[in-house]
Amino acid sequence: MKTYDAVVIGAGPAGLGAAVEIAKAGGTTLLIDENERPGGQLFKQIHKFFGSKEHYAGTRGYEIGQMLLREAEEARVDIRLNTRVWGIFPDRTVVATDDNRSFSCRGRTIILATGASENALSFPGSTLPGVMTAGAAQTVANLYHVLPGKRILMVGSGNVGVIVAYQLLQAGARIEAVIDVTDQVTGYEVHARKIKRAGVPVLLRTTIKEAWGDKEVEGAILHRVDDHFKPIPGTEWRIQADTICLAVGLTPRLELAAISGCASAYNPVLGGMLPLHTTTMQTLQEGIFVAGDLAGIEEASTALDEGRVAGLQAALDLGLGETDTLEDLLRQGQERLTSLRQGPFGEHRQRAKECIWQLASERNHRPASTIINDGGKERKA
Amino acid sequence: MSKSVIICRCEDVTEEEVIRAIEQGARSLEDVKKITRAGMGYCQGKTCRRQIARLLAEKTGCPIEQFLPGSFRMPAGPIRLELLAGTEEMEE
Repeated sequence: MKTYDAVVIGAGPAGLGAAVEIAKAGGTTLLIDENERPGGQLFKQIHKFFGSKEHYAGTRGYEIGQMLLREAEEARVDIRLNTRVWGIFPDRTVVATDDNRSFSCRGRTIILATGASENALSFPGSTLPGVMTAGAAQTVANLYHVLPGKRILMVGSGNVGVIVAYQLLQAGARIEAVIDVTDQVTGYEVHARKIKRAGVPVLLRTTIKEAWGDKEVEGAILHRVDDHFKPIPGTEWRIQADTICLAVGLTPRLELAAISGCASAYNPVLGGMLPLHTTTMQTLQEGIFVAGDLAGIEEASTALDEGRVAGLQAALDLGLGETDTLEDLLRQGQERLTSLRQGPFGEHRQRAKECIWQLASERNHRPASTIINDGGKERKA
Repeated sequence: MSKSVIICRCEDVTEEEVIRAIEQGARSLEDVKKITRAGMGYCQGKTCRRQIARLLAEKTGCPIEQFLPGSFRMPAGPIRLELLAGTEEMEE
């Protein structure tokens, strides 16, 4: 069976970052993604990133995606698209299908960069056509250039909610309101200000009671909530909308990590259950690394650097490349991550990550860096 | 208009059915799954898992993490059985 130095699952910023680093260090790398194009969420991100220059401030998400793809191609990463991994066995055999055939191969290391799925919200009428996640609306609008509706209600004022609301507004939709159960906008002020300037009503301590409509969404009944997020009776009112977008958080896509035996822990700041991992993105399963939203919901820039760190650590474990150079790059990647986790939003995530690292080190008796045995040579699969 | 709330869209399981299962003694995602089929459809619980865990937490008074992540098994995504059975080793 074909054995790669690394099998990377998920070609978003984290997976691309990891694949590029391993391939540049001279490792044979297979990058698998279930979508028809690589880049993960980057190609939907038409807004400019901000922060510092090394984090691509001023560059739009899709441009970062294009740059990473070029890097991956130059480094000769073997990229398989429209391919879904359906299992991982204890000897790091990965099985995947493109719906025409199913194949297996081994990874001396496996990098899981499977990202996140959007949280759902159920209420009467939530299955009516016109109710969708904000990410789905963003895909429809930014990738396929179709406006999902003309009058939009956005549920959730986190970054996804406010960014997607603004992009739909730019594309010609009317945003009837952005609502949130909390008493403040949870997204970055820089994004929230854009919708406020455009006159979009931002209704706090408000949630959706139900969607109404005959064959599709025609509107929603909203109500106010108290300090414990419980609805206050008698506060209901109706609002017209043909589309209801749900931006109520993301959950790490744990299934492959769980199947491969990675221990996990719950951390609400990072999106729920996620695989325990070290500061260099190693899980408690030998040879298996995680990066990006799977390792805790953050941002594209952190995902990319986590991917690079995971890839560099994998390369070091495999004995690839020049140790000094790789260790240098690894340190730089970790420093960039530290600087991304500063400020009022970042500090929160930094502390949450530290909890995960701490739990991982308590349960991990393996030395920080070990050369991975090539089980495939003795084993007949 | 019917006021029933569908929690598991793949298997058409309502919130009411999940709550009834919990009232009948379901204490894990697995229990709810076995009683109602919630989470056994095409998406394998990607939309309902968290919501069912939240209902379990609400009804039992236990923290939500006690009910997560629940079990995951291969195949991790939908695959036709003929493909699964015919899985080929990638050539060197």
